[in-house]
Parts: sequence; structure tokens; C-alpha cells
Amino acid sequence: MKLAKMFMATSALTLAGNVATAEDMANELTLVSWGGAYQASQVKAYVEPYLEMHPEVKVTWDESSAEAVAKLRAMNEAGNVTWDLVDAVASDSMRLCDEGLAEELNHDEDLAAAPDGTSASDDFGDLLVSDCFVPQIVYSTTFGYRKDLVGETKPDSVCAIFDLDTWPGKRSLQKRPIDNVEWALYCDGVAKDEIYDVLGADGGMERALAKLDTIKDQVVWWTAGAETPQLLADGEVVFGSTFNGRLFSAIAEQNQPIEMLWDMQSFDLDGWVVPAGLPADRKARVMDFLKFATDTQRLADQAAYISYGPARASSAPLVGKHAELGIDMAPHMPTDPANSGNVHVYDYEWWADNRDDLNAKFEAWLAK
Amino acid sequence: MSDTTDTGGPVLAADGTPLKRSLARALRRQKMRALLLIAPLLLFILISFILPVADMLYRSVKNGIVTDTLPRTVVALADWDADSGDLPSEAVYAAMAADLKEAAAAKTHTKVGTRLNYENPGISSLFRKTGRKAKKFDLEGVSSWKEELIDINKGWGDVGNWRTIQTYSPPVTSGYFLNAVDMRVGPDGAEMRPEAERIYMNLLGRTLWMSLAITVCCILLAYPVAWILANLPMRQANILMILVLLPFWTSLLVRTSAWKILLQQQGVINDILVWVGLVDDSARLVIINNQFGTIVAMTHILLPFMILPMYSVMQTIPPSYLRAAKSLGATDWTAFWRVYFPLTIPGIGAGSILVFILAIGYYITPALVGGTKGTFISNQIAFHISSSLNWGLASALGAILLAVVLGLYWAYDKIVGIDNVKLG
Repeated sequence: MKLAKMFMATSALTLAGNVATAEDMANELTLVSWGGAYQASQVKAYVEPYLEMHPEVKVTWDESSAEAVAKLRAMNEAGNVTWDLVDAVASDSMRLCDEGLAEELNHDEDLAAAPDGTSASDDFGDLLVSDCFVPQIVYSTTFGYRKDLVGETKPDSVCAIFDLDTWPGKRSLQKRPIDNVEWALYCDGVAKDEIYDVLGADGGMERALAKLDTIKDQVVWWTAGAETPQLLADGEVVFGSTFNGRLFSAIAEQNQPIEMLWDMQSFDLDGWVVPAGLPADRKARVMDFLKFATDTQRLADQAAYISYGPARASSAPLVGKHAELGIDMAPHMPTDPANSGNVHVYDYEWWADNRDDLNAKFEAWLAK
Repeated sequence: MSDTTDTGGPVLAADGTPLKRSLARALRRQKMRALLLIAPLLLFILISFILPVADMLYRSVKNGIVTDTLPRTVVALADWDADSGDLPSEAVYAAMAADLKEAAAAKTHTKVGTRLNYENPGISSLFRKTGRKAKKFDLEGVSSWKEELIDINKGWGDVGNWRTIQTYSPPVTSGYFLNAVDMRVGPDGAEMRPEAERIYMNLLGRTLWMSLAITVCCILLAYPVAWILANLPMRQANILMILVLLPFWTSLLVRTSAWKILLQQQGVINDILVWVGLVDDSARLVIINNQFGTIVAMTHILLPFMILPMYSVMQTIPPSYLRAAKSLGATDWTAFWRVYFPLTIPGIGAGSILVFILAIGYYITPALVGGTKGTFISNQIAFHISSSLNWGLASALGAILLAVVLGLYWAYDKIVGIDNVKLG
């Protein structure tokens, strides 16, 4: 009797609880993203559909993802977190998690399962690199080259970057050690699965920098993703690394004479992070939105607006045509089998340990 | 009256109190009133400027995180001699296990790891990986925490890691400042970093000389412009003034991007030079992404700060002075150099201080047009604030920059005299 009473009481409470959360959800949602074409794809693929279902919600955007970690830390210290959901790259999500600035999630409970019933953690698989992270897309940092400036022989390997004899001219590289030192070691003859062992050993970084030294005076260093497409379009550089979506829009939307070089493209992830310590009503709204925005269909929809691969395995078969250009998107995805023959997956944990040290060496080398 | 002087007693006011005291009281009241009048501004500056700056400066030495997160370990480690080469005692490991269990529950273990990783690369994953298991530590049930911890991660068997924890356990550290001057704490105290890791002193020197170069370029370009502005009739001067101010009102980013288009190798200037035939198409000039690019773009951006004070000083110099000098037999050059120029020095001084101090803290323009050799120390400060999150190092660099600017200001005051500066 007592037990039954208790049971009834709890179930009544759970029911009441469920009803209450729907009413207790905050109606303001502040999303942080990167701006530009990427944010537009998020608006089209899941924010607008969500707002149709919940017209009472008001969404505010803050285009601060590039400084998300620093700003979130400052907000946290000031005790006033105004963001509800933050779009961040995987390495930043790990740092946010380390600093206690991001909420740890239970991926299976908090996210929708795939249509065939596969749990979220199996559907995302290895891409769940941090407990605080919900990946949305797989993007890659890869090279584009000017078709009309490379001469007769088309480059087919990333090592063309280091071959000034066959392909003279300037190259643009991102102003950070990540990716560049890995490509340098790879082209210096290090096997792909030994790159981090070599880099971590004594003299490894020096070896990578020595390889980069061979092209140093032909390199234009970029910090913003839009720089390389511009440099390529102006003919300032022959090769340039940038995010594959940027190259896609230069090629497919702006008809620039640029071609992709997918060899040794560096896979990376971008996804959502929930700031730690949100009030209950705001958190309830965020989790509701997050569940919707990262389900199988929504992630597949996003690929119709930008050429980044959906992070769920179950979304891949649903990827269709570009929403405006009507071209097939699959061949432009970094994850497409034709493009991902030889890829580089960078080691988040290793870089989390060594980035400060290697950054210092890299900056000293740059200034030399 | 004469009585009081004779007796040597105090001079009395009309009400009988000593004059000195009554005067002091009146003055005090006046001072209080003045203070009350400026109180809003004083409070505003204190709260919105001095306190945040002080807080930021304090971060450059603050290191409480290690003792706060690992209190037992810090106490237990105090007696350990790192130079002995032996691992710490069993008690230290037990203390670390207890601290880690608590820290992992509060999710602060990774913060300590991040802090110590600035000094010892690799230690952050030691804390992160151990922390995952630390929540389930059974403190009583393990006989040897030394074996247990080393078993979980062999990093706990590395004397170097323990040395780092011991070295950085005091609540105040000089580590950030040492790092900011390319030094570090080695086994025998402070030492220079290896050649390949020295950045900041080099950058500071570059920042100073490039700011100086920019200031000199601004003086050379602004002087004739200010002179023309001051000597033209009002109507023409106003039109020219708009030309000076128009770029001043344009967004900094727009002006910097415009310089990119002008200076790049396939840019407007190179195109014209090739078209005229001065430069061969295969040997286009490299005039951006280096120091030249930074100096050109920043001179353009900071020029109005030099023209305006010069102009307002030149306007106040009566033209009759020059005419008088000439009527007394001076040549044009002598009249300018001996009479006109000395009168314009306060304007040059004010403009130079403005331009130099603004230039030293610039980072957007150098980041966009500076390439690798034309960036400033402020670029590194911005990097550490927004990207690497090493705010302690950023504060230390900022503190050094502040000290350098104050030092230069002091030197300027000694050499030229700060009274000899006029903004108008």
C-alpha cells in the first residue's frame, strides 16, 4: 500500500514535471555562431523550422564563435552568462569542457536517436570527441589551386605545396602550427600514423619547421577563412589552404578558376556546446532545441546549403542537392569516398597537451 | 594688535580662534566641495578603468589555483627535494589522490592541468586522464597510492611533473613575467629559454622601433599639410580639413583592407608600375605582408592624430613673426628654422606622443597587413587573451608594455618637458 502510494505520487510528480517543463521553458534563445554562409545554413536547416513549431520563441544571434572560449570564460567569471548555445570547433569544445565552462551531456538521453533506432552515441560514433560536444558537421582544411596558374601538370598530392620547382608561386597557409606541421612532416617522408610520434619526440618540431623553411618566403599566412579564396581569386597565390566550404562557394557559386586538392585534407569537427550553469528554464529550452537541431533529418538538410558533411552516419544517405544551385552535394562533401581516399585526422588530445609549447616555437620561427 | 606680536602668541581671527586654524578649516571645506564635484568622474574612472586594469595586472602574478585545488598535495610536497631525483613519498601520492578525487567532483582538475601545462607541456592530459578515474577513487581501500597512480598514468612516475607542481604551488608566481621576457624557471633558477622559443623581447623591440618609424613618417608628412592648412584662407582651409577628417571617420578595417588591395602583388600599385614599365611582370614588388606594409598603412591611419595638434598650434603663430625676421635680414630658411619651427615644437610633441602611444598598442592593422615580420607585441597579447587563454601571460606582457610606455613618457618629460606640449 505504502509502496503503491509512493509509486503513484512519483508518477504524478513526473507527469506534473513534464507538463511544467514545457511551460517553464524560456522563450528567448541566444545562439552563437560564425556568421556568413555557415550561420545561414543553420538558420535555414533548423532554426526556421524550429521557430515554425514554436512561434513563441525568439532567437538572437551572436557571431562570436571565433572568440567563444575567451568570451565565455569572461562571462563565467563575471557570473553573467548571456549565451544559451554556442557553436564551436572540437578543440575549443574540449578546452571549454576542461575549464568547466561547458555542460557535460549524456548524448543518448539528450539527443535524438537515428530513425532506425540506433542510439545517438553510436550514430555519431567516434566524432563525440568530448563529453560537452554535439558535432554538427565534418569540415576539412584543405587546398585549392588556380587551374590556370599551375601549368601543365595538375597537382594531385599535398606535397605539391613544398615543390617549388614544379609549381612555383606563392602559397597561403593558416597562421598556426596545427595542420601545417603535420603536412610538412608527411611530405618530409614520415608515415601518416607516425606523425605525432615524430612530432612529439625531440627535434620533431624542428624537423617540421625545417621543411616549412624551404617554402617560408613563398607563404602568405592567413588568419580568417575568407582570405584564401580572395587571394586565389586575385591570383596572389597559386595554392591556398582553407575550409572546404569556402572553396566550394568560390568554385560553385562564384565560378572562380579554382580546383580542389583533397589529398591529406585535415578533418575537423564543428558542433554545439551548452554553457555551464544555465538557469533551469533556459536550459530546458536549449536542450529542447538541441535535440531537434541535431536529429538525422536536420543535419542532412544543412548539407543542402553548405558543403560540409553531416556528423551523423544516418544523415549521409539523405544528403541531396544544393538548395539554390541544384547540383548534387555529395561529391563536394569532404566525407565523400572519392575525396577521402587519403585524409589526415588530427589528434585533439595531443594538440590539447602540446599546443602552447608548439605555438611558442612556431611564433618564434615565424618572427625569425 | 601690537600686543599679540609682542607676546609672540598666535595671530587670532575675528572670532578668537587662531587664524591659521580657521584658514585651514575654510580651505578644507573648499577642498571637500571640489572633491564632491569631481566625485562622479573619479568614481567612474575608478570603477571602469583603474580597478579593471589593476585586476588584469594582478592576474600576471596570481597563481592561487594550484593551492586551492591541490591543498593537501602542496603541503605534503613542501618537504620533498626535487633535486634528489627520487619520487615523492607515499604520503604525497595519497594526498594527491584525495585532492584529485575532490577536484574531479568539482571539475577543477582540468583547470590546474591547463595552468601547469603552460609550464610543462603534456601535464594537462595527465590531469584530464587521471581525473576521469578519480571520481571513483576509494581512498581507504588502496594500500599504495604511489603504485596505483603510476599504474593509471605513468606520468605520475616522472620527477619533472612533480617538480612543476612544486615550483608552481605558491599563490603568487613570477612564471608569467619570466615567460614574457623569454625566460623560464629551470632547475637552477631563472634561465633564458632556448633560442628557438624566444619571441617577446624581439617583438617588443620591433614594436618600439616600428612605432618610432611610424611617428617619424607622420611628422614628415603632417608638417607641410598642417602648414598649408594654417596658412590658407579660411574657406579653402575648411575644404582641405574635410579631406583630412574624412579618412579619420572611415572604419579602420575598411582603410586597412583598401591598403591590401593597393599594395598586394597583383594590386593597383604593382599593376601601374608594370604597365608603366618600371617593374617587370615577373618581379613585382613585395610591399605588403611585411614591415613596409605595416608602416605605410599605420602612417596613413594615424596621420590625422599628427595633423590636428600641429594645425591648431600653427594657427596661433602670428605671420608677423616671420615677416619681422625677414625684415631683420633673415633668409627664408633661417626665418623658418630659428623662428617658426621652435614655435611649432609643442604641436609636434603632442602629435608625436599621441601617434606613438596609439601605434604601440595597435593590433588590427599589423595583423592584416603585417605578415610575419610586421606584427606587434599587441598581436601576441590579443592571441593569448582570445585564443590560447593564457591570460596570465597576456597580463604580464600588458604590464611590461605599460611600464615601457610610462618609462618613455618619463624620458620625454625629462628631455623635452611635458609642459612643452600643446593640443591647441
